[in-house]
Amino acid sequence: MKHADTHTEPPAGPALRVKALESLLVEKGLIDPGAVDEIIDLFEHRIGPRNGAKVVAHAWADPDYKRRLLQNGTAAIAELGFTGLQGEDMVVLENTPRIYNVVVCTLCSCYPWPTLGLPPNWYKAAPYRARVVIEPRKVLAEFGVEVPADAEVRVWDSNAEIRYMVLPLRPAGTEGWSEDRLAALVTRNSMIGTGVPKVTA
Amino acid sequence: MNGIHDLGGMHGFGPVVQEENEPVFHEDWERHAFAVLNLTMAAGQYTVDELRHSIERMPPAQYLETLYYEHWLHAAEDLLDKKKVVTREELERRIAEMAPKEKK
Repeated sequence: MKHADTHTEPPAGPALRVKALESLLVEKGLIDPGAVDEIIDLFEHRIGPRNGAKVVAHAWADPDYKRRLLQNGTAAIAELGFTGLQGEDMVVLENTPRIYNVVVCTLCSCYPWPTLGLPPNWYKAAPYRARVVIEPRKVLAEFGVEVPADAEVRVWDSNAEIRYMVLPLRPAGTEGWSEDRLAALVTRNSMIGTGVPKVTA
Repeated sequence: MNGIHDLGGMHGFGPVVQEENEPVFHEDWERHAFAVLNLTMAAGQYTVDELRHSIERMPPAQYLETLYYEHWLHAAEDLLDKKKVVTREELERRIAEMAPKEKK
């Protein structure tokens, strides 16, 4: 059934809308086109999970650093130079053979940008947000993480302020490794809790 | 407020879909949506809490059907209009001006 008043043009797609909005903001002097390029480059090329991997490797190699990291995540992460938006209040969760931590933001997409970069789509999409809080073992199994029946799963739902990051268990057989070599084992998912570090060859 | 964004524990959304070697942004407009939002927030046009609240007030069906950065764009348009920084009319006029050039 059609009515005359429904014969409006369909709304423009997001590509055109954002282009129009950006052009108006630039004209009004409210944003600088150079800053647009800068922030895109920063998040596309310079901030990402390699930062978090350095934090994890340092914690594996230095017990004093690990203690500081678990006590005050924000300050310990700042020691390595990783600070800023969405990393202002960091809590680091230590995995053990008995405790598997996994992070979600059921309400939206909260994620520790300075250490992990921007989140993957699955983290922001409905299925993960809906399911990981009620069937975490099943979701983790789909990610290839088999949690032993006698281990505990702790699901951490981000709030408006706190950003969580998992400190995964150090793989066996890596004694004496350099931090660079250790960091190469640390995957993004292992710091969300939906993965484990790469196994050593 | 409760609403469609409060997804924890809901049934029926199907499997978690992962993407191998996922890029940071999937399309160029997502880069610009991300930048515009962050820069207008950094300039004090609105806060991150206002951004969230605007997304949470999206019509539920629209919330579920749209891409993540469309949520951000919705909030930017909504908040900049409410604060009379870029009004809805101005934006639609600019879109109409740009549209012919965008057509293939």
